[in-house]
Amino acid sequence: MGSRRVGILAIQGDVDAHAQALLRVGAAPVPVLAEKDLGEIDALVLPGGESTTIAKGLDRLGLYGPLRAFADSGRPVLGTCAGAILLAKESENHPVRTLELIDVVARRNAYGTQVDSFAAEADAPEAGDGPEALSLAPLRCIFIRAPRLTALGPDVEVLLRVDREPVLVRQGNVFACTFHPELGEDARVHGLVAGAAAIA
Amino acid sequence: MASENNGGNGDGRTSAQSFELKVGLAEMMKGGVIMDVTDATQAKVAENAGACAVMALERVPSDIRRDGGVARMSQVEMIEEIQQTVSIPVMAKVRIGHMMEARVLEAMGIDFIDESEVLTPADDENHVLKHDFKAPFVCGARNLGEALRRIGEGAAMIRTKGEAGSGNIVEAVRHLRTVNGDIRALTILEPEELMAAAKDMGAPYDLVCYVHEHGRLPVPNFAAGGIATPPDAALCRMLGAEAVFVGSGIFKSADPETRARAIVKATTHWEDPAEVLASCRGLGDAMEGIEMETLDESQRLANRGW
Repeated sequence: MGSRRVGILAIQGDVDAHAQALLRVGAAPVPVLAEKDLGEIDALVLPGGESTTIAKGLDRLGLYGPLRAFADSGRPVLGTCAGAILLAKESENHPVRTLELIDVVARRNAYGTQVDSFAAEADAPEAGDGPEALSLAPLRCIFIRAPRLTALGPDVEVLLRVDREPVLVRQGNVFACTFHPELGEDARVHGLVAGAAAIA
Repeated sequence: MASENNGGNGDGRTSAQSFELKVGLAEMMKGGVIMDVTDATQAKVAENAGACAVMALERVPSDIRRDGGVARMSQVEMIEEIQQTVSIPVMAKVRIGHMMEARVLEAMGIDFIDESEVLTPADDENHVLKHDFKAPFVCGARNLGEALRRIGEGAAMIRTKGEAGSGNIVEAVRHLRTVNGDIRALTILEPEELMAAAKDMGAPYDLVCYVHEHGRLPVPNFAAGGIATPPDAALCRMLGAEAVFVGSGIFKSADPETRARAIVKATTHWEDPAEVLASCRGLGDAMEGIEMETLDESQRLANRGW
């Protein structure tokens, strides 16, 4: 089996850290800067970084439509932190234009500035959690000027919580993560997304 | 709550845990442009142009160079107004060794502190012990030994010193090449040669071992000092800088908004000359530059700190 090619949106942000995490789960990372790059990949990551900067880049490159079409094709999409904000149906607190691919509202910088950044253990799974949620906990999560996800729609499944708040959610093939799984050694979140690419 | 708070000493976190969060924010700035701004209006222009952070300071380096006098941490009202205006991270500068200016910025919830040679040093022997702070620090370096000394003190990001306010890229290029050359030289040493290398470059032994093993710094490595055009920014990326700081280059140019957008674009697309070319169109005049030969050693900001 050839390794799955996973694109990483390379406008700005921690592209290298995602590439390292993808290599750890046996996927081949590919930078994405144009619509043509999307044809060659099995899944896509929107990295951490500055959502304002990345949103302006998406606009300049005309990538809002092509990224939505990519998600509509059923291939998995993972957004971490800034990437999660871009996937949301809307953002609050200095709103940025989003891709509206997952039925949540993202509140930017919801915990404060960098001095309020933190690391935390994810909560134990709750009754009724699916197999994906069970496969992830326990997990140490790193939050950097992180957003919060609110107003979760009926089709949004919570995969991980910290202090009973959703920090990793999925709607179909779209995964939004408010922490940075790419910064730790544990690449299970990337494994989950690369695994979903095998099914798509 | 069951989380580890991002604190320094005294509130239950080790500095190693805290360091991970500091380097984490530096990681998020990769591929971006950090722009010097002197008020909230400029900060908004920078954010709208796609800056990944702004550096709040009272005077851009070229004005500090021209006006002389003691350059200090900026007025807190100005920094606060910028914090309230933009959603991207806000950085600010402290004088080398000025622990108290750093504590003030930390108390303001600043996102990143630049212990900067652009300001007049407060201590000509010692830098701030940066491990003691919740806020992350960036420091300038001209070579690997200097970079590792700053990381040893707790810096979570290194930038070249370049020559701030000169509009001349030559020093930033020299510092990038020197740091990268020093790194390459370490990687080929035998393990028993590393202590002597640490002694020669005046760097902590454990960090010398890290660089020998990994072939890179343990923190992100950015470029600063003299970047004035989109190709300058792209050149720094080509030479291994993971992001760029632009000081006087934007707001001392004829059309700051257009130039800011162009430098952001060239920083993202540095591997594609056609995109860098496109970013060069319609820019108007760049800032005036200074030839290094006309600056005496005492006028060179990069000589501050060690």
